Amino acid sequence: MALEILGISVLWLFLFGYVIVASIDFGAGFFNAYSLLRGNHQTLTKIIKRYLSPVWEITNVFLVFFFVGVVGFFPQTAYYYGTVLIVPASIALILLAIRGSYYAFEAYSGVSGHKGYALAYGISGLFIPAALSVVLTISEGGFVNMDSGHPKLDYGALFASPLSWSIVVLSIVAVLYISAVFLTWYAHKAGEREATEVMRKYALIWAGPLIVSAFGIIIEMRQLNNWHYENMFDVWWLFALSGLLFAGTVYFIYKRIRYNWALILLIVQFALAFFAYGVSHYPYLLYPYLTIHDSFTNEAMAIALVVVFIAGLALLIPSLYLVFRLFVFNKEYVSGKSDHHV
Amino acid sequence: MREVDSVFWSRALTELTLSFHIIFATIGVGVPLMILIAQYVGYKKNDMHYTMMARRWARGYTITVAVGVVTGTIIGLQLSLLWPQFMEVAGQVIAIPLFMETFAFFFEAIFLGIYLYTWDRFKNPKYHMLLLIPVSIGAAMSALFITIVNSFMNAPQGFTVKGDALIDIQPFMAMFTPAMPTKVGHVLTTAFMTVAFILAAIAAYKLLRGENHVYHKKALVLTMKLGLIFALASAVVGDFSAKYLAEYQPEKLAAAEWHFETEEGADLILFGVLDDGEIKYELRLPKMLSFLSHTDFNAEVIGLDQFPEDEHPPLIIHYFFDIMVSIGVFMILLSAIFVLGKWRSWSFVEARWFRWLIVLGGPLSVIAIEAGWWLAEMGRQPWILYGIMRTAEGATTATGVEYLFIAFAVVYFILGVGSVVILHRMFKNNPIDKELNSRQDGEGSWH
Repeated sequence: MALEILGISVLWLFLFGYVIVASIDFGAGFFNAYSLLRGNHQTLTKIIKRYLSPVWEITNVFLVFFFVGVVGFFPQTAYYYGTVLIVPASIALILLAIRGSYYAFEAYSGVSGHKGYALAYGISGLFIPAALSVVLTISEGGFVNMDSGHPKLDYGALFASPLSWSIVVLSIVAVLYISAVFLTWYAHKAGEREATEVMRKYALIWAGPLIVSAFGIIIEMRQLNNWHYENMFDVWWLFALSGLLFAGTVYFIYKRIRYNWALILLIVQFALAFFAYGVSHYPYLLYPYLTIHDSFTNEAMAIALVVVFIAGLALLIPSLYLVFRLFVFNKEYVSGKSDHHV
Repeated sequence: MREVDSVFWSRALTELTLSFHIIFATIGVGVPLMILIAQYVGYKKNDMHYTMMARRWARGYTITVAVGVVTGTIIGLQLSLLWPQFMEVAGQVIAIPLFMETFAFFFEAIFLGIYLYTWDRFKNPKYHMLLLIPVSIGAAMSALFITIVNSFMNAPQGFTVKGDALIDIQPFMAMFTPAMPTKVGHVLTTAFMTVAFILAAIAAYKLLRGENHVYHKKALVLTMKLGLIFALASAVVGDFSAKYLAEYQPEKLAAAEWHFETEEGADLILFGVLDDGEIKYELRLPKMLSFLSHTDFNAEVIGLDQFPEDEHPPLIIHYFFDIMVSIGVFMILLSAIFVLGKWRSWSFVEARWFRWLIVLGGPLSVIAIEAGWWLAEMGRQPWILYGIMRTAEGATTATGVEYLFIAFAVVYFILGVGSVVILHRMFKNNPIDKELNSRQDGEGSWH
């Protein structure tokens, strides 16, 4: 396999990891705020906190890992995307900064349940995927012009494009759906019946908009009739399979059975769609300026990066396994029987 | 004209972000080691007070680490947003340490999360203590790797420039630059020193405010001892750094020392002000600059006259140098007197005025860190890649960076105030007496 394919596959895998764990995090913030306003937050907040507290930092590292890795494997992306993304990425960074630190401020200082703060926290979590998903629209091409040799983002075209708004809607709905399914499973595992019921309801509510907006994007791409749609059509069966798994998740949640399977199907469903999207984007990183071939780093660096990467993973995977053993899959911890916070 | 503005505001925003980030980054590098030491002492001596120290420091650390993580994420991405052309080059040559830094960061985040949530969970307390080893290593490693990147900017190597292209790239040559040993050494030792003095300042402050508990006295003695060790180490590595500069980056040293003419037996200039090219009110140590640079009182030291004017670093860095060195010397003296005084039972080291000096030492150490970085970074202007790429060539071509500067300034203000308020409240509501009592009653006092 060519090194650039390996590089982009691995980075794509990490981005997928970020999308899943960040979705759980962002959605949890929103549900927490919503239930606080509704006045039924006691049941949910406990569950959400128990999951988020030991892992929120790790979530953040997935994102850092992705963008540092991209610059390493594909240095030209730093030039193109760095120049055009300065405003949307800065907005996302500011939201992430406020959100991340105020999570810690609240969680560790012992003051909790402040409504205004929880609301800001919940809403900002939904703006982050919106700001970040702009990248997906830009990568389709047509939103970047060359201005005296330097790339420049055409904000007018970006805001006027129905595609970019559909992608924003999809990203927000997906966040809420992923988070709701995960928390249903987690609450069920903790034996919190009430919280399970609340989250189950949310999961079912957001399932509809998710599938509608996903189809909406496919239709819009078809109307644009661009290069990407053609490629997506080649891997239609992957998208179809993803749709089937989605139906499976919804079925189990609806029937209140096999929550473990619901979660697994959810992750595989998004993995398939995510990779099918990535494969169909090949070979462009930014249409038509940047392909993964001509932006790939020199050979010496590529080999060194792969070596470092394997060494890093050898360290990382057992450590992540340990976290899961101790917190996510630990019965005592999940059910809140033991609190061993420092 | 618009691009000139972008260069200026890109520099301003980078400086703002880094100046804010390094406060939390320094704490992030140093605190895990201090927690580890305290917990080890507590474990060895079977002394509850040291174990409590580890626990309380760890609790405060959760707040600083949160701000450190988010501002670190900001600067990580801002490098590509504000300096896209530089990052394109860096991506080709220096991506390995950038990449390894995220692994170190991952590693630290994972084990810190485990450490924070497994207090008293293991039957043998030793296992819990051992978790701090990967946390400390991860923290030190991320400082190591990111400083390697910075060293590369000061002494780029591991590639050949051919026209517009870089060829013959050797990633590992780019990591082990001549600047790297002294930079990494100075960053690590000063981080440990600063954190020890910050923790000492907190203990001294608590004693001054009437919490006359033996816990605070133990904390003060431990941190002042550690502070002295690391302050001495910082000074030694700092001296090596000066020797490195004399050899490889003489114009930075010349600008920092206001050494304008190349000469033998050069004087060291401390303090003073610059008035129309004339140095006034300075303290002149004869031949000391030659000695510090080359360990020879009569050695020749290269002055700024050897460099074209458009390659001169700004002369303001002399003040940063003075601030950094004066504070370093002051802290060595203060901690040495304290440690000696404790040993010889001099009563004045427990006097109020002396404790106030220790309280002052915390913020002073942070100021020294800031001054040191400003010296190092402004000292390599006008280069972003020393001798290869000028700062203006690396900056973004996007406009409107000034608005981002304002937005980020507001964010840092909120985060700064927020963390101070939270830290203050965290410890005010839970003084050590209360925590020790509730602990002896067998209940957790804090959730």
